[in-house]
Amino acid sequence: MRELLSGNEAVARGAFEVGVRLAVAYPGTPSTEILETLADKFPSIYSQWSPNEKVAYEVGIGASIGGARTLVAMKHVGLNVAADPYMTHAYTGVNGGFVIISCDDPEMHSSQNEQDNRYFARFGQIPMLEPSDSQEAKDMLVNAYELSETFDTPVMLRLTTRISHSKGIVDLGQVVEGPDKKFVKDPSKYVMVPSHARKRHVIVEERIKKTAEFSESSPLNYVEDNGSDFGIITSGIAYQYAKEVAPDLDYFKIGMSYPLPMRKLAEFVKAHKQVLVVEELEPFFEDQLKAYGLKVEGKKYFGLQGELSPHRVAKGLKEAGFIDETIEASIAQEQGMFPRPPVLCPGCPHRGAFMALKKLKVTVTGDIGCYTLGVMEPLNALDTCICMGASIGNAIGMEKVGGSDKGTVAVIGDSTFLHSGITGILDAVYNNSNVTIIILDNRTTAMTGGQQHPATGLTLMGEQAGKIDIPDIVRALGVKRVFDLDPYDYDATLNLIKQELDANEPSVIITSRPCVLMPKRIMAEPFVVDLELCNGCSACFKISCPAILASSETNKHGHPKAEIDPTICTGCTLCTQVCAPEAIILKSQFVKV
Amino acid sequence: MSKNYNILIVGVGGQGVLLASEIISAVAMASDLDVKKSEVHGMSQRGGIVSSHIKIGPKVFSPTIGYGQADILISFEKAEGLRAVDWLKEDGTAIISTTSLVPAIVTSSKEFNYPENPIEKIKERCKNTISVSGDTIAGELGNPRLVNTILIGVLSNCLPFAKQIWVDTIGAKVKERFVELNLKAFDRGRALSHSAVEV
Ligand SMILES: Cc1ncc(C[n+]2csc(CCOP(=O)(O)OP(=O)(O)O)c2C)c(N)n1
Repeated sequence: MRELLSGNEAVARGAFEVGVRLAVAYPGTPSTEILETLADKFPSIYSQWSPNEKVAYEVGIGASIGGARTLVAMKHVGLNVAADPYMTHAYTGVNGGFVIISCDDPEMHSSQNEQDNRYFARFGQIPMLEPSDSQEAKDMLVNAYELSETFDTPVMLRLTTRISHSKGIVDLGQVVEGPDKKFVKDPSKYVMVPSHARKRHVIVEERIKKTAEFSESSPLNYVEDNGSDFGIITSGIAYQYAKEVAPDLDYFKIGMSYPLPMRKLAEFVKAHKQVLVVEELEPFFEDQLKAYGLKVEGKKYFGLQGELSPHRVAKGLKEAGFIDETIEASIAQEQGMFPRPPVLCPGCPHRGAFMALKKLKVTVTGDIGCYTLGVMEPLNALDTCICMGASIGNAIGMEKVGGSDKGTVAVIGDSTFLHSGITGILDAVYNNSNVTIIILDNRTTAMTGGQQHPATGLTLMGEQAGKIDIPDIVRALGVKRVFDLDPYDYDATLNLIKQELDANEPSVIITSRPCVLMPKRIMAEPFVVDLELCNGCSACFKISCPAILASSETNKHGHPKAEIDPTICTGCTLCTQVCAPEAIILKSQFVKV
Repeated sequence: MSKNYNILIVGVGGQGVLLASEIISAVAMASDLDVKKSEVHGMSQRGGIVSSHIKIGPKVFSPTIGYGQADILISFEKAEGLRAVDWLKEDGTAIISTTSLVPAIVTSSKEFNYPENPIEKIKERCKNTISVSGDTIAGELGNPRLVNTILIGVLSNCLPFAKQIWVDTIGAKVKERFVELNLKAFDRGRALSHSAVEV
């Protein structure tokens, strides 16, 4: 059987074939579809969303110690959140095989940084495998469990966006039964008090030496000998780019990216006149090879930032004298094109809050989610965005030093609040901060495609769940000023924020409208613009709604009047509330004379 | 088929780019060829540009197309077609829907303009340009969401796969009650282009 699968779908399939019993994650692009596919296609595996990556990782450790083959998945920055359990889990090792999937995002298609998590494998001293297509993603997951159980170690499978989200043909394999294990009491292994941990650290260093030996002989690392004087050392997606533009060079294809098979690599380097390392992001291989005394180059030709591509690799190879031809466009590029940045959807409940915040000219510490789009012109109403949960701490710090004269407001989504906003509010209450916090509760994790979370009442596998009440949590944290707000009511939004900016204690405002896309698309009656009444003032353009378009009619200054696309207008009414001439009316009430 | 085909599809979030690329790659797979396709999900889908790379051939390495290496460009929106035209090979084919979607950033600021006559500008650079009144045809068929199937119909004449494989694949990928309508849309599109390759 063959199927066209994305890297993420292939990982899910691999988990099924290798008998994983528990899979756990917090969503994050580009990793999200691993767990979604498991829940959808392989319901025999217990899979769940946790509130954040740290908890997800800890649930995974528990399952592994309890004897199950366990899969934990997250995006690259998720591993920062889970770094605490991760680093010590490297000491305890496993019972049931444990694989952590790190999905990195070179180029930051959907991320706030492009950190190279290969360093995390080295940091924790655990083995890492790096597939270069969907087939390898599936096969290497199976290899990873073997490694994990053989060497008693967590193993990292590192994917990047292009591996996670590209589809390729995968030969499906047989389903094997995982070993039937149970928890075995062993405090010297699982209770990391100093006396135990000191002994475990010795084991960690011995273990990484043994896995390095494994790496030397493993078929995961192989040479493609085409009789060339020029050799390329590469892994992951970079391998595919290089093969595409220079199929006839010699290759050392690295599948096991840590620990590296140094002796085998040294042989390869010495057998060639010149050797280049083609790797995305940091010089992870290059630095290790140079430290080992090998003469290689890499970053000099390929750069440190962003994704590689066939043309970037070709350019570097040409510069280094490895190939004669680069890849160039023969058709001229159109200059001066307008940008098309992502925007809040028509009817998005986040819009009202940003309209009001912009009007009030306050400093807005932001967080991560769809509402980060509030930074885009013309709303331009966000001043910081660092990492999930950061908005609240940022606001407290700003407020403590009097950094903003107009007052500071933190905005945070519901999923982000549950992920890492709760402790921020605790800080605000504990340290008598008078920040105003807006929880933009759209009842879903919208940015990553609408996943369930602890306040939605459903689990990943579609079961009813204990539903957490956000206002109850906020009150329990000690906040006294807690308010509900309809973000489609512009005046109410403006007034409530204004009122709470003047309060001398922390306030939390929770918006009440659900996401217009998830779980199902909300469409009320659309509005239309009466062009006879529209005066072309452009107030409605400034709320940045994709349903509001420029009509071909203009006012006396030549400015376009507005038009509404009835197929995407959700009838949220926000534009009608900023339209002074009252030219925006419900479609059914619009009578043409 | 001994040669590789690189197909780049561009459009705006929500236009159905991803379904179109699913269908095209399934057709290639049903024809026993190697296929890879690549697209980026997430942030970019919120009204931003969506692009999908499809590569078909005896053996495919990179899932993305090299700059200037696309054999066929399909655009669901005319200005996006112009933005991506330099990805085509000199003798490539452009299939462009006349649809225009002007983003808020253009309407609300004086800094940016929507290009005038984007299709003419594409034709100046790419002599094999097929402009498709996707919205008009979809409107005639009674469903604005059919533009992607119409474009697939146009594309089908440019690739060496039998019509039946397209028909079967559309039947398998589209919701049952929409199959008939989609096949009509496919035929309307197919009628717009001349058979460019021998099947
Ligand atoms: C540590 C970490 N994990 C995951 C992500 C991916 N991610 C970005 S925003 C977001 C959640 C968005 O949900 P919510 O806060 O409810 O806002 P919404 O998008 O619904 O407006 C996630 C999971 C991330 N950026 N960082």
